[in-house]
Formats: sequence, C-alpha cells, structure tokens
Amino acid sequence: MEIDARGVYYKQLNEQIREAVGRGETRIVLRNVNGQRYIGGGLRGDDVTVEVNGVPGNDLAAFMDGPTVHVMNNAQDGCANTMNAGRLFVHGDAGDVVGYGMRGGSVHVKGHVGYRVGIHMKAYKTQSPVIVAGGTAGDFFGEYLAGGTLVLLGMERDGKPLVGDYCGTGIHGGQIYLRGAYDPYHVSTEHIAVAEADAGEMKAIEKDLEAFAEAFGFTLGEILSEPFTVLRPKSHRPFGDLYVNRP
Amino acid sequence: MRHRWDWSKEISGCGLAGLISRRGRKVSGEVPIRAIANLHDRGNGLGGGFAGYGIYPDYADHYALHTMYYSDQAQDLTEDLLRGHFSIAHSEFIPTRPTEGIGDAPNLWRYFATPRSTRSETEGEADTVMKTVMRVNDEIEGAYIFSSGKNMGAFKAVGFAEDIGRFYRLEEYEGYIWTAHGRFPTNTQAWWGGAHPFCLLDYSVVHNGEISSYGINRRYLEQFDYKCTLQTDTEVMVYLLDLLIRRHGLSIEMACEVLAPPFWKTIDRPDMDPEEAELLEALRITYAPATVNGPFAILFGHSRGLVGFNDRIKLRPMVAAEKDDMLFISSEEAAIHIMCESPDRVWTPQAGHPVIGWLDESVTS
Amino acid sequence: MRLATKSTVPGEFVQVVHHDRCIKCKRCVMGCGFNALEFTDRVMPGENPCVACHFCTDHCPQQCIQIHERPYAQAGHDVWSPAMQKRIVRQAESGGVLLSAMGNDRPWTVLWDNLLLDACQVTNPSIDPLREPMELRTYLGRKPERIEVETGPDGKPKLKTKIAPQLRISTPIIFAGMSLGSISLSAQKSLAMAAKKIGTLWNTGEGGLHEDLQDYADCAIVQCASGRFGVHEGYLRNSAAVEIKIGQGAKPGIGGHLPGRKVSSDIAGTRMIPIGSDALSPAPHHDIYSIEDLRQLIYALKEATEYEKPVGVKIAAVHNVGAIASGIVRAGADYVYLDGFRGGTGAAPTVIRDNVGIPVEIALAAVDERLRKDGIRHEASIICAGSIRSSADVAKAIALGADAVAIGTAALITLGCHVCQQCHTGNCSWGITSQRPELTRRLDPSVRAEMAANLLEGWTEELKEILGALGVNAVESLRGSRDRLRGVNLTKESLDVLGVKHAGE
Repeated sequence: MEIDARGVYYKQLNEQIREAVGRGETRIVLRNVNGQRYIGGGLRGDDVTVEVNGVPGNDLAAFMDGPTVHVMNNAQDGCANTMNAGRLFVHGDAGDVVGYGMRGGSVHVKGHVGYRVGIHMKAYKTQSPVIVAGGTAGDFFGEYLAGGTLVLLGMERDGKPLVGDYCGTGIHGGQIYLRGAYDPYHVSTEHIAVAEADAGEMKAIEKDLEAFAEAFGFTLGEILSEPFTVLRPKSHRPFGDLYVNRP
Repeated sequence: MRHRWDWSKEISGCGLAGLISRRGRKVSGEVPIRAIANLHDRGNGLGGGFAGYGIYPDYADHYALHTMYYSDQAQDLTEDLLRGHFSIAHSEFIPTRPTEGIGDAPNLWRYFATPRSTRSETEGEADTVMKTVMRVNDEIEGAYIFSSGKNMGAFKAVGFAEDIGRFYRLEEYEGYIWTAHGRFPTNTQAWWGGAHPFCLLDYSVVHNGEISSYGINRRYLEQFDYKCTLQTDTEVMVYLLDLLIRRHGLSIEMACEVLAPPFWKTIDRPDMDPEEAELLEALRITYAPATVNGPFAILFGHSRGLVGFNDRIKLRPMVAAEKDDMLFISSEEAAIHIMCESPDRVWTPQAGHPVIGWLDESVTS
Repeated sequence: MRLATKSTVPGEFVQVVHHDRCIKCKRCVMGCGFNALEFTDRVMPGENPCVACHFCTDHCPQQCIQIHERPYAQAGHDVWSPAMQKRIVRQAESGGVLLSAMGNDRPWTVLWDNLLLDACQVTNPSIDPLREPMELRTYLGRKPERIEVETGPDGKPKLKTKIAPQLRISTPIIFAGMSLGSISLSAQKSLAMAAKKIGTLWNTGEGGLHEDLQDYADCAIVQCASGRFGVHEGYLRNSAAVEIKIGQGAKPGIGGHLPGRKVSSDIAGTRMIPIGSDALSPAPHHDIYSIEDLRQLIYALKEATEYEKPVGVKIAAVHNVGAIASGIVRAGADYVYLDGFRGGTGAAPTVIRDNVGIPVEIALAAVDERLRKDGIRHEASIICAGSIRSSADVAKAIALGADAVAIGTAALITLGCHVCQQCHTGNCSWGITSQRPELTRRLDPSVRAEMAANLLEGWTEELKEILGALGVNAVESLRGSRDRLRGVNLTKESLDVLGVKHAGE
C-alpha cells in the first residue's frame, strides 16, 4: 500500500504506518516524505518492508525490531538509533550518529555517513549489529564501540578522507573494517590494534558486502578490489589502569 | 505542519534555515517562513526570527535601526538620543498584522538613519552606531535596538517562527540573503529581545546550541565595550564576529579559526606548513577567551554573504546544498527541500570549517 | 635575656612503641632527623620531642610505632588554649621571635571549599574526556591585543604580529619556587625531573641553579630575588623564564634568612657565598622602592636575556593586590604570580605567617577583574598559588581567572613530606628540607620524580573530567568563566569580590 506523506505531521504518519502493519500489510510505500521523524520507530514485523521516498526526519528506525526499511534518498541524523533487529538501506547519504547504541540488525548506506557513526554498538550472544557505509565517514567513527561490525568502503570519496579523526576512540569490543587507503593520523594506535584483514575476517563480512552490492548496484569484485584493514580493540578494558581507590 | 497542542512535550533544540543568491536575485520572505515551518518541532514556540539582506533598497545607505519599546518613555529617551547623533531620513512603525499565537508585542519602530558626526577623529561611523546600540540597550530601560545594519533587518518575537514571519508580513519583503530561526529557549525566560537573530551593524547570527564558554566570552567582550544585555548566550557570537572582523580586521575565515580553533593535535601535525602552524598558534593563544566552546551551529549573515558554521566536534547538525547561484544551509535536509526542490548537491559540512556563500561584487558594490 | 637553653614547653607528640612486635632493627632510631628516639635496651622516646614527621612509622618493618598527641590536660579555655600558652612560655624563656614553616595553619576558611563547579545536563552536552579531545595546553606570557595577518607571496595568510616569548606547558600546573637551601638538591632534582617529564615548569626559588640541574634549566623558572643569590648571566639565559620575587604568601614584606648551618658546600657554591654563613635576603629589593623601579629591573632582565624570556613577578596577596598587580603588568611583567596567605615557606615568623595577607581566592578574583577593567588582562598571565590542594582547587582557580596554578606543599608531599612544619630546623627526616647528607641521601630523585609526575598526571586526568562535565574541550573556555562557579555559605561581600553567584541563583 501507499501513503502520501505530503503535509502530514509525523504523529499521524506513523500512526498510519502502525495501523497498516497491524492490518497485515507487509509492503508500505511512503511518498513525499520530508522531515517527518521516527518513521519505523519501534516498528515490529520481520516480514514488513517500508519504502521511504523523500527525506525522512531524524531518528528513522529508532528502536526498530524486525522490519526492512529502504530510504530512496538521503537520510537525516540519528538513523537506527538503538535499533534491535531489521535492516535499513539508505540509497543516498546518512547524517550524524547512525546506529547509536545499536543492538542488532544491519544498516547499509550507499553514500557518505556523518559524525559519530556506530557509537557504542554492542553485541550479545546471537545479536551482532552491522553498519556498512559505501562512502566516507566523519570524525568519531566507531567511538566507544563495544561490539558488532562497522565497514567503511570509500567507493566514492569526493576528495574527502576515508574516515575522520578520532576513529575508534574508546573501542573496547567489535571491529572496524576500512577498505583501501586511509590516513593513519586518524586512527590512534594507543588502544587499537591495526592489521590487514585475513581470509577469515573477510569471510565474516561477505554476506554484508553482498547485501550492499545487491542493494546499490555494485559487484562484489569491485568492492574486493582493494585490501581491507581491520581495527580491533587492544583490550576490553582500555581504561582499567586509570582509576585508583581513594584512601 | 503546525500543531500547537503538543509543543511542550517535544524536546529537540533550535532549528536554522538560510539561503543566499550569490548573484543577488531577490527571494520572497515566504521562502524562509516555509522552511522554518518544516523545522517546527525543533522549536517550542518561545521565540523565533528572521534576518533579510537587500530588503531596504530605498534606504540602502542608511542604517536601519529596528527597535522595540516597552514604554513611551523608553521611546522618548531613545529618540532624543538618536536625534542627537543621527540624521533620520525616515521612521515608521514596523508593519505587522494581528497573528494568532503572537501576543503582547512591544512597540516596534524602525529608523533609517545616518550618524551625523563621529565623536572623535579615529572613530568611524560604525563605531558610533555600535556605541549607540550598546548605550540604548544597556541604559534605557525598555528600549532595545535589535537590528542596526544597512539594507538589512531582523524580525523577531516570541512565538513559533512561522507565525512570527506572518506577523511581520515578511512575504512582502524580498532579499538576497535570508536566515530563519525557531527557538527552544532553555536558560533564559522567553522575551522578544532574546529571540534570534542577534544583530549588530550588518552582522546577524542565528544559533542552535548553547555556548558553554559564555562566561569568559562575555567578560572578554566587556573589555572591548560590548555590553551583553539580551540575556542570551548567542549575543556574544555576533559581538565576537564584529570585534574580530570589523575591528581587528581578520578575514571571515580567520575569525572562524578563532571561534572554533583547530585542535593542538592538528596544529602540531608534522606535515602542517610551519607558517600556517605559527599563524594558527598565534590566533589560538591570543584569542583564547574568544574560543566559542560547546555545541553550536550558526548562520551568520553579513553585507557580503552568508556563513554556516559548526563547533569543532560537531555537536549540532548542519546540512548545506547548492543549486545554480544559490546556497542553502539548514539544521535538517528536509528544510532545504522546502527552499529548493532539487538541489544540485547536498552535503554535510566539516565540523569547525565554515561554508561561505559570497555575494558577487556587483551586488555589494 | 635567654633563660634555660632547653625549653620547659612540653612537646606535642609522643611515640608509642609496641615492644612485643619490635625486632629492634633500630631503623626508627637511626632514621629520625630530630633525635626524638633512642635505643637503650629497647626503643624509647629520645631527648628531643617528636614532631610527627612519621619517618619512623612509615619505615618500621613491623609497623609497631604509633605517634600520639601527648596528653596534656589543662582546664579548658577557648581563649588561653594550651597552644597559646606554650607560645607565651616559649617567648618568655627566650625573648625571641617565634618561627614556623610551611603555610598558615590556622583554621581560616578555605574559600575553594565554598565554591562548587557546574556541569552540563540536557541543554548542552557533557564531553567524554577519555574518548574525545580535551585540551589543557597553556601558554604563559604576554599576548597581543589582536593579531594582524598579511598575505604572503603565495597568496596564503601569514602572521604579521610579533608574538612575545611564551611558556608552553602541557597542563596548567607548575611547581612553586622553592630554593636550594630551603629544600635539598635531591628534592629540587625530583621536581625538575617531574616537570621535564610532564612538560611543565619547576622553579629554582631564590637560591640559584645548582650545576647538577643544568639539564633541567630549560624547564626552570629562575628567580631573581632581593638576595640575588646565584644570579648571573648564564643563569638568566639558560632558563625558561625569569621571575622577580617580591614577596611570598607566607611572609609578605619579610625577607629571608637561611641559617648558616644549612649552608653546605653545594648551597654555598650555588649561592656564591661562603660555607656556613647566613644567607640573608633583604625584605625589599633595594633597587625597587617604587613601581617605576620595578619596571627598571624588569627591563634590565629583558635586556640581559635579549627579550627571549618571559619575565614574571611574584608577589604575596595583600590588601591592595588588584592595584599592585595592575602596576606590575603596566611595568612590563609577562606574568603575575599571586601567592596567597596560606602559601608555604621554609621559615617565617609565626606572627607574619598566620596574620598577614589575604586569601588567594579573593586576590585572584580581584586581580583578574582589575586587569580586565584596565584593559590589560591579555598583557600578562596570572599564576595562582598558596595551598592548591587538589585538581578541584585548580579548576576553581582557573574559573576565577588563573592561567595556571603553582603547587609547593602538594609537591613536597609527593616527596614524602608529612607537613610537620619543621623545615626551618634543617632536621627533615625525609631529606626534603634538611641539608645533612645522611638525611638528604634518603631521597631518591628517580623514585620521587615519578611520584611528583604521577600527581600531575592524576590531576590532569581529573581536570579533563571536570572540563568534560562542563561541556568544554579546552581549558581556555573555563578560564575566567566565573559563571561556572557557584558559592555556598559565603557572605554577599565575598561573592561580590569573587564575582560568583550564590548556588541556586
């Protein structure tokens, strides 16, 4: 089914989406979206797909638990905030703070992502979130990363560095994949172990790369044409030595 | 997209939108009104405003003094002061219309005026205007000059921004630069003078965020005779820009390096050009009290263009877009699509690095 | 006329030895610099009273010594306390001037403890200092009022303004001036090594620079005081900065007197005076009887160092400190070092130490405000000292307007000091303020330098936490930001002078 979102306030729009899912709709197409917040917020249903045409507002797919969302344009800040399960595909760029505290599911962005992407994603048992971004990322990529996987491809760089400064600062779990050349100045090795990805590590993200290629019209070959670097925490307790008990 | 019933529950911060036509093509005030309406939920109905440039072609050589009066006595005292120092070509009520959601307006007047003489040899016209603005705002109770540039004006009030635009009949104005602001005030009581933009001479600033370094910024400015009277942190931003650019002669780019300086880590980079490092170090240590710290995104309008600018770790959002000679900047991309259906390019500016749209020289000369 | 050579005033402390655990190793007896323990068939309190320096307790392998206050019951009287009576008796016996060391020990209100810091909640974000940049780098020295930029031949902007020499420190904490003589060479070396490691400054005090510390000259502030001890052209030129010492918080208006018994060959050589002779510092500089004379000396030092070193002036915080500091800055000083009335000393008349001067919190606020009103705040940095005890004190001092703080007593505590206040006796068991080789060789600079450096590192981390909570990521955004402080239990007058609102306002 289709919903024309032009001039509709976010509350009414999201009510309509939830009602449709409640009725058993599995494919919902939104037209003329422009800035409405919380689309897909807290939405459930593993078989539900939402297609967003236009630029959705902040906190897209926040707390989402199962559905698949395709944004056919750019997405704003705060996508996949604390998302639990499901898939988000952004066919343009995404803004700042993608996947904050994400617990599971996947985000694929065709283009660039903003600042503080993948902050404090975490993994537990079978839940392990993944973000794949096709372009470049701003500063603080993977800050506080506690689990899960970030993949930054840099297929198009538009003259920008692959990743901004303070990449992986405070990382204490999970892994960050960087494809191709990056500026080591942006990756402090104080707490981060840097190594070229081995076959096993590449195998671990193969499905995610395939999904990216399929969704956005790339071939796996061109994605794999450059070597990948993997950043991992040196310790799960990077600040263990910082504190002493007061006498 | 206006829904007044639930504003008090939504918390998000302020919204910004702005545009410039580099070639000086005039755009109706309707455009920024609609853009800021899209960012409705970033404000809470306790303040908003607009600045337009190129809106007073008939009085382009006069300082347009937009003034709010809370008493007749304040008006008398202010007009006495103005008559003493200025030739006033024209004065009038600022046209408004009764608008639902905008109440308790002070008396709003504008004067198109030129300083009659400066007070000393070394003091320029602009200094006289600045001192007059400071004096009125500081010393005359119930009088505030909230806009004082040439061929530009600020329009602000308590209410939702889009209602404020209607109240001031901005669709009747045309400008080549517009900025708009919807406010979610936090630290100060809502009052008309505290709404954005904040202006001095031809500088106007709309701001999203809170300036955590306000205390030292203000004390620094007081040494240069700026009086912070409007009870809002953003005020320091416009005075800092005036100090750095007009009085200290720094370029806009340099002024931005002062407000959001590069980290020492960056200045120390071995591959940094030594002369550039020397300059950046000197700027940082000299203007340390002018560093604006904490989250901010601002739109800074001036007679030569429009600047969009973020704090150095990007704690507030900002998106920019271009189409032909137009530059658009906003807190959210959605507002840009209101101003421009299909931009050629949309991008997220780098933290601490200004996006500058310059007017062609043919427009400014 | 002096009566008995040995005072009848009882000591304040007594050692209690648990003989059942004692293994009679005698470390305590040999370790005591004050001869306050002796060994007959077992360890006993000795000839001299215990001063509670705790060298014995900290070095007893059996932990079988405790120091107690000596019971001395008297009829209770709040005015004529035992301490007051003892002082009178001591003077009645001697006719002398009572001497003390360290800082003012009277229970004056410490205003730092009535000031509370702000933090961010919702309206602006706090910043995580462990994962995001947090900048404490500080430059001390004269700044221009404005920067002029010119365009180079390559079209790029270039600095046109000439910047005066600056002291670049990695954290806004330096070591206070403590002379060789007042403290030992090992103690000075420990601080010098710590300063170099951290990227901050130590201060020679007024006793010159010992040749063993030449490697640490480039991070040393060298003092030029009224005694001009060890001041020569090389001393001035090899330094990080030169400091004219006018006064000291513990003894404003008072000169110095290093007793001849502390003038060992090391000290004699460094100060360029004979071994065993008293080293007397005049109360004033006899070339400075007025502010224009200060200017003359400042520029004499700048000429001698070819304008390559900042020249600062250290003063005690006294009543009219705002105007004095303004004059100092106008006279050309690149920094003003304010030492509050709780500041330490190697020796000072007790009456001066305990009753002269004003709190540094007040002085700092007054000076910062005065320099701003005069439009000359940028012309000099302000260093605040005089009982800075913690990183919280540092943060509060910076918020009041200090560019940096200096620590003396806190630094000595990292070297082993237990604040027994006997520095002037030269008996320091820890080897900090004594000059007797058998005592000073106990102080191992390689170990103590690490401990002094650790303190600076710990405080620096804590400062970053404070800045992060305040939502700023550079120390300059706290500096002078008095709106980030609130006062509790302070009078309106205090709040007005501090320029701080009361909590809740």
